[in-house]
Amino acid sequence: MKMSQNTPDKDDQTSSTKKTISLPISRVRLIMKSSPDVSSINQDALFLTTKATELFVQHLALSSFNNGSGKETNSLSYSDLANTAEETETFHFLTDILPKKILARDYLKTLEQMQEEEGDF
Amino acid sequence: MAERPEDLNLPNAVITRIIKEALPDGVNVSKEARRAISQAASVFVLYATSCANNFAMKAKRKTLNAGDVLAAMEEMEFERFLEPLREALEVYKKGQKGKKEVSEQKRKDKEKKVDSENDKSREEEDEEEDEERMEEEAEGEAEEEEVEN
Repeated sequence: MKMSQNTPDKDDQTSSTKKTISLPISRVRLIMKSSPDVSSINQDALFLTTKATELFVQHLALSSFNNGSGKETNSLSYSDLANTAEETETFHFLTDILPKKILARDYLKTLEQMQEEEGDF
Repeated sequence: MAERPEDLNLPNAVITRIIKEALPDGVNVSKEARRAISQAASVFVLYATSCANNFAMKAKRKTLNAGDVLAAMEEMEFERFLEPLREALEVYKKGQKGKKEVSEQKRKDKEKKVDSENDKSREEEDEEEDEERMEEEAEGEAEEEEVEN
């Protein structure tokens, strides 16, 4: 009896969660709580952060694809993401975890250019 | 607390699905790119939490609330998320409220039922079993409350 009464309730919950969010709230809470000065988070704040993370993933993927080089080949690569992190103001906080990969000779070239520019001033 | 470092990652399957849904059909996303987006999402959560927490601390509150998260989005210059977030929260709250009303109604129905059953079977052997079941249900509900808060 207990099962039959609880099951429809649970189904309702999953179907309504499906419509609004797909990331697991419990995992998002774990990440939030790993921040040392956070003591407690109410349910609405948790929901909003989860939803915001989904919007963020969509936004980062789409911006990187649209600004990236993979439009002809229909692909999204790491360098598209790293470029977006560097070039877009709102994604700047990602530059530490999305470092641009460059060849040593290119790095040396930029270094040279920077030194020349500095010399101009 | 997170016991293993991978506990702070978001599930790859879900992240991959969200990326696929955001991009035009048939776009190939490299494994490296998927991993990077997933890590970026974890960093986003931490960044948003820290911003929201600053707002809560300024207001001398210990609990992060919806307003703190929305203010954090503004500060992080993700204003574009505000409208969809408000809409989603509304839908979510309606769902929560509906859920509560439904379970409240069920609880009342159940009590009525159990009462009448108890009347009928006061002298019968299965009375004990009923009480046990009620205890189980009470525990289950207490757990649910905790999760919701």
